[in-house]
Amino acid sequence: MSKKNPEYDFKWCPGCGDFGVRRALEFALIDRIERSGQPMENNVVVAGIGCSGNLVHLLEGPQPYGFHGIHGRTLPVAMGVKMGRPDLNVVVVAGDGDFLSIGGEHIAPQAARNVDFCAVVMDNGVYGLTKGQSSPTTKFGTVTSSTPYGKIESSVNPLELYLTLGVSFIASGFSGQPRQLANLITQGMEHDGFAIIQVQSPCTTYNDTFEALKGNAKKGIEPGLWDVPEDHNPSDKGAAYSLLQRTGVPVGIIYKDASRPSLQQLVEAQWGKVKPKTVDELLDTFQF
Amino acid sequence: MQMRDFVVRFAGEGGQGVVTSAEGLAQVSTQAGYHALTYATFPSQILGGPTWTQARVSVEPILSAGDDIDVLVAFNREAYDEHRPDVRDGGVVIYNSNDFQLDGDARSFGMPIDDLARSTGNARAANMVVIGALAHLVNMSQEHLDQFVTKRFTRGRSGDEEVIASNIKAMNLGRENTAANGFVLGELAPPQMPDYPQVMLKGNEALALGALAAGMNFYAGYPISPATTILVYMERNLVGPGKFVYQVSSEIESITTLLGAGFAGRKAMTATAGPGFSLMSEGLGLAWMAELPLVVVDVQRGGPATGLPTKTEQSDLMACMFPAHGDVRLPVIAVGSVEECFYGAIKAFNWAERYQGPVILMTEMALAERVQNIRRPDTSNVSVENRQVYEGSNGYKRYNGFELSPMPLPGNAGAYVANGSEHDELGDTTHLPSRHVQMTQRRFSKLELLKEDEFERENPRASVAILPWGGSKGPVREAYEVLRGQGVPVSWYYTMFLNPLPPRMLEELKKKDLVIVPELNYQGQFASILRSQGVKAEAITQYTGLPFRVRDLVERINQVVKSRPSRSKEMVRA
Repeated sequence: MSKKNPEYDFKWCPGCGDFGVRRALEFALIDRIERSGQPMENNVVVAGIGCSGNLVHLLEGPQPYGFHGIHGRTLPVAMGVKMGRPDLNVVVVAGDGDFLSIGGEHIAPQAARNVDFCAVVMDNGVYGLTKGQSSPTTKFGTVTSSTPYGKIESSVNPLELYLTLGVSFIASGFSGQPRQLANLITQGMEHDGFAIIQVQSPCTTYNDTFEALKGNAKKGIEPGLWDVPEDHNPSDKGAAYSLLQRTGVPVGIIYKDASRPSLQQLVEAQWGKVKPKTVDELLDTFQF
Repeated sequence: MQMRDFVVRFAGEGGQGVVTSAEGLAQVSTQAGYHALTYATFPSQILGGPTWTQARVSVEPILSAGDDIDVLVAFNREAYDEHRPDVRDGGVVIYNSNDFQLDGDARSFGMPIDDLARSTGNARAANMVVIGALAHLVNMSQEHLDQFVTKRFTRGRSGDEEVIASNIKAMNLGRENTAANGFVLGELAPPQMPDYPQVMLKGNEALALGALAAGMNFYAGYPISPATTILVYMERNLVGPGKFVYQVSSEIESITTLLGAGFAGRKAMTATAGPGFSLMSEGLGLAWMAELPLVVVDVQRGGPATGLPTKTEQSDLMACMFPAHGDVRLPVIAVGSVEECFYGAIKAFNWAERYQGPVILMTEMALAERVQNIRRPDTSNVSVENRQVYEGSNGYKRYNGFELSPMPLPGNAGAYVANGSEHDELGDTTHLPSRHVQMTQRRFSKLELLKEDEFERENPRASVAILPWGGSKGPVREAYEVLRGQGVPVSWYYTMFLNPLPPRMLEELKKKDLVIVPELNYQGQFASILRSQGVKAEAITQYTGLPFRVRDLVERINQVVKSRPSRSKEMVRA
């Protein structure tokens, strides 16, 4: 909407990784409507608060429904949308602070429920919108405005965390590869359960990791990114753990459990056990 | 002596049958054609701990749990010591002599309740022994008792007859034992069976049924006293295609899940109490900001923080009306009886749908757990409202103008962003001063849609009015009737709608010299809100964790009325 709407007054910094994530999400959504024949309005993007949250306003072309809600609460909002309207495709967009810090308490329960939605987590290792504070994925020892003498909290490895919590689809990608990322998002959306795509989306202002991720031969910097080997079996949880022991950032699907039913499937399986009562039938049980 | 009404308090330890005895008495009585109401207070633990429940049985519909106890049934010594002072002169104490012995209380007698129950071969019939004893004290016909037992235990099982026989025997033993001790209280006037169908249920059950009648199809909740029973009822009954209920992981999840459901077009509700409600602040602000319909039930308990989880209070009104930061003033409906729990829930959904935003439905511990016979709600007579849904094409300005506009639903054309940041017509974030002015006015203008002139009013010419709210309605109404009997010149006003107030009622209240607001909190919260709207309101407060007693209200209202400068004209009129 941004190009058409002069009133919208938020801008990402030049070079922000979130531009690439936006492109990837647009590719994935357009691909989805073309393949499914459903209109774009069948898609809902639920955003949190932070630089990442503005993605919901910046999508070009036909618009999905958007929800730009509360810092940290994307997952339960998305659960309300999805369980309220199981026919919709629900995508969550959040940053690492939003998703893993203030919103961290919602990951485990949603993993246990396996609600059918796809979360795209833009990880830049910093709080950008509040101008550069330490986030859960900021590396130990890093100096930020809130850790002026170095961060003394160990950093979270989100992929290992998701694996431990039982998220049923886990992928890792990079904002600088929008086509590849779009492919991961598509697979996450198609997965019948809770999918998380953890995306390295560097903050060019406060934590520019582009060079560290892509490498720089001239400076002798090896790329931090590496592709998940083709022979990796994502349905093997042990293999997924082993994969994550390697340093750097994997690109590809880490883990996928296609055998687990989604929450909606479990809910529907219970319908046969109970005959729904009308209000009058319920009132009958109190009549004397 | 003929009695029109009697009050029994059952006191003992949790797990001794205190609640089942009281509810059993209420059931026997209502099936016989009397009216009954129970008032329960629990310790915050499952087994053990002092607990008591009061049952009031009357020939007429009942407004309060009753100030004075006619009979105390004490299951242990501590219960006797604590509650004996509340027994009226001429009242009777029945104590469980299997548990303790008493000397020197001429109005008491011991009954070996456990031994008597065991002698019937059914140790679980102890509460029937007690009910039999009570029936003797007020000379209630054994026929009613037998019918009750037969109905209750005819369950189509092979042992039914045996169970029925042992329970009837238990009642007779209780009766005989009491007769042998020579105690009689009087004779309860014959019942006048209402000529309409009745249901007997708890406030929380009535509220849950009202929500279902309103078309609620999405519920998310988290266990918290005294709201848990609503979650449990929904888990059992809100099942099947098109419905969803879930126990989520916190009240933050409850409210945010509701936000998503309301956005997706569902009629969504949660029920909580103090601490859980506090966690919902931010979500409620977003519902107001992004214009998302949903209903939050606050079952009030006592105090801030954990406070008194199993006691009653009316101290959340400010929190319910102003739960969030920024310019927010939420619609509030507060119910005052079990019947209003049903109809108030319907109204809460109708309001949420009508103005497209969050509505707070307030109830309280004393109502939530109150069991009462009420007229069976006629579901064919319920009016259900649904939100205006946008049915046009894409490019819709969802937040256009200064007033309500139809709401687009995902899946249909009209995609927009539901935004908690200040936004423009499309829902995109903006900081323009003129937009903030427009959107703020738009949000407040929608409250106008909720102004309805539904209120109770009596004796409106008096210049002093009594205006209770919520669960204090019953005892205050009883006090009002006593005061009118004494010739005290006061008028009666009552409404469920605390925000916005019925406009005509507000106009009339503004003309009063004084509006007395009895409420169960320290600050006089409703009185304060009324004063901010130009009403000369003064609160009568109580913050014990217990409901008002009628006698106290009569005395305190009299004091307030008499301490005013005399107005000769009015004295003559009265």
